[in-house]
Amino acid sequence: MHDIIEELEKRRERARLGGGKARIEKQHQKGKLTARERIELLLDPGSFEEWDMFVEHRCVDFGMDKQSIPGDGVVTGYGTINGRLIFLFSQDFTVLGGSLSESHAAKISKIMDQAMKVGAPVIGLNDSGGARIQEGVASLAGYAEVFQRNVEASGVIPQISVIMGPCAGGAVYSPAMTDFIFMVEDTSYMFVTGPEVVKTVTHEEVTLEELGGASTHTTKSGVAHHAFANDAEALLYLRRFIDFLPANNKEKPPVRPTPDNPDRVEMSLDTLVPDNANKPYDMKELIKKILDEGDFFELQPDYAANIIIGFGRMEGSTVGVVANQPMVLAGCLDIDSSTKAARFVRFCDAFNIPIVTLVDVPGFLPGTAQELGGIIKHGAKLLYAFAEATVPKVTVITRKAYGGAYDVMSSKHLRGDVNFAWPSAEIAVMGPKGAVEIIFRSDMGDPEKIQARADEYRERFANPFIAGHRGFIDDVIMPHNTRMRICRSLRMLKNKKVENPWKKHGNIPL
Amino acid sequence: MAKKAKPFKKILIANRGEIACRVIRTAKQMGIKTVAVYSEADRDALHVLQADEAVCIGPAPSSQSYLDMKRIVAAIHETGAQAVHPGYGFLSENAAFFRRLKKEGIAFIGPGERAIKAMGDKIESKKLAEKSGVNTIPGHTVALKNAAEAVKIAKKVGYPVMLKASAGGGGKGMRVCRNEADTKKAFVSAVREAKSSFGDDRVFIEKYIENPRHIEIQVLADTFGNTVHLFERECSIQRRHQKVIEEAPSAFLDAKTRALMGEQAVKLAKAVNYVSAGTVEFIVDQKKNFYFLEMNTRLQVEHPVTELICDLDLVELMIRIAADEKLPFTQKDLKIKGWAMETRIYAEDPFRGFLPSVGRIGRYEQPEGKGVRVDSGVYEGGEISIHYDPMIAKLITYAPNRNEAITAMSHALDGFYIDGVRHNISFLAALMNHPRFISGNISTNFIAEEYPDGFSSKDVVHDNPAQLVGVGAAMHMAYQMRAAAISGQVPGRERQVASDWVVKLNDMEVAVRVQAVDGGYDVEVLNKTKGISKAILEVRTDWQLGDPLFKAVISGNPVIVQAQRLAVGYRLSHTGSEVIVQVLSNMASELFKLMPAKKALDTSALLLSPMPGLLLSLAVKVGQDVKAGEELAVVEAMKMENVLKSERDGIIKEIKVAPGDSLAVDQIILELE
Repeated sequence: MHDIIEELEKRRERARLGGGKARIEKQHQKGKLTARERIELLLDPGSFEEWDMFVEHRCVDFGMDKQSIPGDGVVTGYGTINGRLIFLFSQDFTVLGGSLSESHAAKISKIMDQAMKVGAPVIGLNDSGGARIQEGVASLAGYAEVFQRNVEASGVIPQISVIMGPCAGGAVYSPAMTDFIFMVEDTSYMFVTGPEVVKTVTHEEVTLEELGGASTHTTKSGVAHHAFANDAEALLYLRRFIDFLPANNKEKPPVRPTPDNPDRVEMSLDTLVPDNANKPYDMKELIKKILDEGDFFELQPDYAANIIIGFGRMEGSTVGVVANQPMVLAGCLDIDSSTKAARFVRFCDAFNIPIVTLVDVPGFLPGTAQELGGIIKHGAKLLYAFAEATVPKVTVITRKAYGGAYDVMSSKHLRGDVNFAWPSAEIAVMGPKGAVEIIFRSDMGDPEKIQARADEYRERFANPFIAGHRGFIDDVIMPHNTRMRICRSLRMLKNKKVENPWKKHGNIPL
Repeated sequence: MAKKAKPFKKILIANRGEIACRVIRTAKQMGIKTVAVYSEADRDALHVLQADEAVCIGPAPSSQSYLDMKRIVAAIHETGAQAVHPGYGFLSENAAFFRRLKKEGIAFIGPGERAIKAMGDKIESKKLAEKSGVNTIPGHTVALKNAAEAVKIAKKVGYPVMLKASAGGGGKGMRVCRNEADTKKAFVSAVREAKSSFGDDRVFIEKYIENPRHIEIQVLADTFGNTVHLFERECSIQRRHQKVIEEAPSAFLDAKTRALMGEQAVKLAKAVNYVSAGTVEFIVDQKKNFYFLEMNTRLQVEHPVTELICDLDLVELMIRIAADEKLPFTQKDLKIKGWAMETRIYAEDPFRGFLPSVGRIGRYEQPEGKGVRVDSGVYEGGEISIHYDPMIAKLITYAPNRNEAITAMSHALDGFYIDGVRHNISFLAALMNHPRFISGNISTNFIAEEYPDGFSSKDVVHDNPAQLVGVGAAMHMAYQMRAAAISGQVPGRERQVASDWVVKLNDMEVAVRVQAVDGGYDVEVLNKTKGISKAILEVRTDWQLGDPLFKAVISGNPVIVQAQRLAVGYRLSHTGSEVIVQVLSNMASELFKLMPAKKALDTSALLLSPMPGLLLSLAVKVGQDVKAGEELAVVEAMKMENVLKSERDGIIKEIKVAPGDSLAVDQIILELE
């Protein structure tokens, strides 16, 4: 028995070393942590249960039979983050560049299957050179096995990807189907085809960073949701992110105690909206002042910044915030902001997270770039997402809610549960100037008359009361009471139950 | 003297901001109704909310509102105000305004026309001072005719000398000359600048005082010829001739000098039949020789320090004097009691060359407590407008002696929380903790000498890092204990919060053991690091998660640290220094060491916008060769055009913005090759 135990220890020791000391050293030199170090940082100390430590690949071609390392380039298992169950895989770049073999993929599939059975999130720490070319189609099959599971798990358990090294070619499509992608600055990149191929095919010269670095994907492509300074910061901050999410689609979001008073009054909100309707203000101030402790985890802050999305808590319980940002493009909806917010709304709806929508939207962004880019179908995504959502929906119109964009932004007509307006709200088909130029086209030559008409229109429509008459607005609230009113509404909605008609799935405009 | 309960029924305050609020406060205490005037930009300003009545007097630019006598007089008639307090600035030293009010039969809460006029002109006032037996700086009070005359007189006065514009102020038109060549050159440029700045090209010459101190005497006179002085204020801490810190009394003066200066100030006041509150400014050299600088015929910004050491309300006295009441005391009744310190909280960014900052005040929490006074003109949710002076508030502390007043000020600054606009609080706190300031060995050159390259709170070394270790560890423990209280944990596998942590603070690593105790945390320092000894820090606090102010008593010492939670760690600001503290497990601390240092963005090849503003024009094109000092772009901010010049030679590689674009701070305008 002693010998066997010794043998086990030896094997474990061997597996823990991954690609060996030299490669670990190299990984560190690149500013990256090893697969196991990453797990240690992410999980509660001592909570990690590893599976499949002794799995090895079965490839014998190209001399692969001579280089087999137990674990086969990925560490898998489960553990806890703040006591809550999490499944994870962590690719080991020191083992054959973290390349994905059939057995590597099987390990990932195994923990995903298990996570589905028990209803717990899966976190993938990606650091892989791509397919194990020596294995040929077996490796591709491995990817597809993972993809299939990503899709089945979508909307059932939260899936989170952290890109901590290369992620190229077909490999990008597993993270692409997860709910959130986080990247590490300077050391991670994602693309379907790399700079070399790009150069051959299109003659474009582009660097790794420009093509698929963290800044590209968090500012230009919108592929990633957040970038972190380095591995260690990413993993420690991820712990805080996980705390917002429920374990699965049958659970309510987690709750934690807060000292913040739900009735907290913020007098300064009464002056947030400027007198001048064309002057911007920072919607993030409102978000931070209504959430518990001002704690807001913003997603995609540097992409399509005309809309703000992210998680916060009210009375200790997670809410998703969607808000127009008047500081950027006057808060207009456009292609990027619509798709950005639509996916977020669908995540919240899938995982029972109430949605708080803050509206100051002058409409959709005009222009050929938008129309030819398909704003019709992309804008429809956000409309579809809000309309489909059955979670508690609380909406506050702070200023403009014009035209179709008013309808889109979680309006009463899209089954908004509680729709508030500030006294400064202007709910109308369009702004006064545009409206009178259409209604009173004959007066166009007379600026004085037009001004008088515009003033009349403003008086008549630039307020929340017309919508209030019809019950499209449940109440006009004082800005300083916004937190209290939303908290009360959410408490009332706690047991809301609405079901969409049975269907295989809807057909969201893609 | 029989004090009238209510010298006036209603007064109008022809000013804005903190001074308008200050006057309103006293008027209210006296039972006098108040009228505020405001420009369209100040519709929601604090003084408007505080006054009993408010009248809009025009659009935002002060020339069309706060400086528009006609509008103000109309407001007086509309509201039936009997008297006007002008505050400082705007119309406070305007003789025409005084005449206008007199004509209308409205009392002016301030001095008479003669005093305003005589003291409004630098050359005139100096002549008058000389005649009244007040020490003046050796020099020539007649406007210089030409450079040759300047050189001749400079020689007579003795170098170094200073050329000064007669109508000058704020440092404009001033030149220091150390020899003949200097003088010749400076004369021409001083005349030009005087003409362009003030439309008056008269320039005169005087002796230049090395390492001078700015000490001023508060005087007060009633309409019965009773004139007293209320001792001195020292305002030597200035930045570009703007006062930053004021205190009373001065650490430099002895009783004899004080008495002499007071006497001369009173003499001068009497010479112009001075009435109401006024200030005689002196420059004092290292041997305590003092020379008359100018007289300000108004209530000064820094009047609160005098009020505190004399236990008087200057605004009340001014109002009573304007109603022809007699001074209720004589010189011999007046004594200095205690020490008062004032700092001016400005909306300007000390890290960017003190550029003014404007915008909405998102968070505003002012300190309070015994011996702390805040004269503020803003509130949370209010606005710092581009149209006016960027002063947010004045913070004043009062204590039995100078050291205690400084300590109180430092603590009060730590508790002053402003978010939304940039401000100079950390700079003021650093000054309060500067050994040379504490020693009292100061001069008007203090800031230029001590901060030649500007100010950065990251460079300020904290003198008691153990406190920051205690704060960081306690905050972290609070967050971890709460994280461990989340719902949905695996039974039997709940999160256990460790007690041993490593606190990283700059390049220091401190091992600590943290224990939550009744009313706070005990933070035991396990290893000795430079500046931190092994000890148990008793952090007692009722701090709540998320609160940006961490108020605590650490091992008996009250501490307020401003804290911002980062992705990992906390940014702590205290006594002018700013550090990032990370509290990590042993393992995490080791792994963090493997993380590469972030390469700072190489900005030498970039032209960044130094402020939020509008790109007016670009002077270059892509591919163009530029030399250091060449104009690249013009950015308009706060209605000022700022010409941005190249810092080095190079070729324009890329231009990222176009004229008409609005720019954020640090936004890249163009890139050089």
